[in-house]
Amino acid sequence: MVTYIIRRLIWAVVMIAIVSMITFAIFFLVPRLAGATSESLAARYVGRTASAQQVTVAAERLGFNDPLIVQYGRFAKGIVTGADYDYGPGVERCPAPCFGYSFLTRLPVWPDLLNRLPVTLSLALGAAVIWLIAGVATGVLSALRRGSFFDRAAMGIALAGVSLPIFFTGIVSLVVFSYGRPLALTAPGGSFTPFFVNPAQWAYSLILPWITLAFLYAAGYARLTRSGMLETMNEDYIRTARAKGLTERVVVFKHGLRGALTPILTIFGLDLGLLMGGAVLTESTFSLPGIGKYAIDAITNQDLPKVMGVTLVAAFFVVVANLVVDLLYAVVDPRVRLS
Amino acid sequence: MSFLELKDLRIHFPTDDGLVKSVDGLSFALERGKTLGIVGESGSGKSVTSLGILGLHKGGRAKISGEIWLDGEELVSATPEHVRTLRGKKMAMIFQDPLSAMHPYYTVGQQIVEAYRIHHPVGKAVARKHAIDLLGRVGIPQPDRRVDSYPHEFSGGMRQRAMIAMALSCDPELLIADEPTTALDVTVQAQILDLMRDLQQEFDSALIIITHDLGVVAELADDILVMYGGRCIEYGSASDIFERPEHPYTWGLLGSMPRLDRERTDRLMPIKGTPPSLINVPSGCAFHPRCAYEPRTDGKATTKVPDLLETEGGHLVRCHLSKDERRGIWENEIKPTLESA
Repeated sequence: MVTYIIRRLIWAVVMIAIVSMITFAIFFLVPRLAGATSESLAARYVGRTASAQQVTVAAERLGFNDPLIVQYGRFAKGIVTGADYDYGPGVERCPAPCFGYSFLTRLPVWPDLLNRLPVTLSLALGAAVIWLIAGVATGVLSALRRGSFFDRAAMGIALAGVSLPIFFTGIVSLVVFSYGRPLALTAPGGSFTPFFVNPAQWAYSLILPWITLAFLYAAGYARLTRSGMLETMNEDYIRTARAKGLTERVVVFKHGLRGALTPILTIFGLDLGLLMGGAVLTESTFSLPGIGKYAIDAITNQDLPKVMGVTLVAAFFVVVANLVVDLLYAVVDPRVRLS
Repeated sequence: MSFLELKDLRIHFPTDDGLVKSVDGLSFALERGKTLGIVGESGSGKSVTSLGILGLHKGGRAKISGEIWLDGEELVSATPEHVRTLRGKKMAMIFQDPLSAMHPYYTVGQQIVEAYRIHHPVGKAVARKHAIDLLGRVGIPQPDRRVDSYPHEFSGGMRQRAMIAMALSCDPELLIADEPTTALDVTVQAQILDLMRDLQQEFDSALIIITHDLGVVAELADDILVMYGGRCIEYGSASDIFERPEHPYTWGLLGSMPRLDRERTDRLMPIKGTPPSLINVPSGCAFHPRCAYEPRTDGKATTKVPDLLETEGGHLVRCHLSKDERRGIWENEIKPTLESA
């Protein structure tokens, strides 16, 4: 078990390193392929008023003329130990983890990301709790009452939930529940109150995005749970559980759901990891200042260091989620522990 | 009244293709301390019968009629909740494939403890000790360690022993074993059969063994019930069935039983054809399309369902051939070929 964990951990680190290399290569190569030169990249750092001479110097000092591998080494080193940016007039210290400076705001990327992380985490975790409970409960009930009115209605709604995009459901929910309507559930878009400032206000400002996002995912989880439950409830061990004289409640939840839970757990970990790297559509629709919104703004402005920072943070969450899922898998399924 | 008595039990399943008559008018009786072997091909209704006795079809789509009397209580009309309280405690079941019949995510000990505690208000520690005792009693070495193993960490034979320990956890008075040795290799089969015989004597429980393997019932059963197409077609003591079988289907089963004492050059005599559809059961005697002696019944076999009639001292046969015809065929045609080796 310990070697299993260590092996998975090493893999996670390797994965993150590989992702960072690929990300860096893409963001190094793509602008160059699009015609950018070392000078035009440097020009974004020194501002429009700089002379051609100054730009050339800046390009040299920022290392834009170095080979890809050297630049990557500097980038990776910056993340681990921090970096010093030499603009000519002065040297600016960018503390670790340094993802570089925004072209636009001239501010380091990392503190920005850090500021936005609570928004995205609040959104993702809150929605995850809702969709997990709602999705699994609906799926179990549907499976137990297969073919009933409840089952058909739930699966119909689930199909709609899976198919309808966030920018549709989100805007509909905004129209119905917000903007001074009688059913107003949430504060007007764009506001976010940190949990530690005012938990009630925090929940109030997030309830609509939570439900909208959870609806999308709950639908998938309901379908997944339903099919998983239908399968496990036909297993021989369910018959054994009944033959022991267990109550139906214990049979369904302790034996049936336990068997169906493994794939749900896997998907849940991956979905959550993906969302923590930014719920792009939800954040945009509800104007929440999270990582996803940050990514969209960065891409619109072609702010490469920001885009790279977001990509790496997102990749980090996905890798960590994968790791957690793998470890949980071993906890949930004793048969995995052998290998 | 006997300890267990089935009277005209019918278990039918409505499906889109028609009504599946899995069990169609089955009656038998079983006393404490006795073993009944129920024999038949796949789909003959053996397993459906056993699940029906345990009440596991209740609440499903099955239509159940008839009577099941267990120790003076009628179970078909009893509430599902009441039957549940008897399940595992008064009557328990050993399933065929212990790997799929045990939950892969719980240890063997947890599964036994669970079976015990649902019927006994004891703490976990007491139940665990009981589980270790049981595992020891069914012959699992180092039970205090193996109690924390998962089913997949056991060998096939050990798993079946654990399954038996689970079924015995509440000292059931009726034990039903559904193909208990089918998934096991031959040497382990013999051990499990010995174990079941010993345990039955120790607990003085009534035992029903369901199998398609006549060799298994030959080892254990006092009485044997042969099922075909959801009905009993022959019933008698073990010596009736093995020494004086009267139904052509039973002859077929005996003929298709591989035996070590026979020459290799001897061919098995398989029963031709396939088990009957339970939706469109053949008219008359359900076995007539596969029966070599059907022409001797003057067409009765194709039109009329034969009655289950007593030939001698509790030996029942459902066949249109007369008693003398059947005995003649057995003595002159079947028995010599079975013993020719």
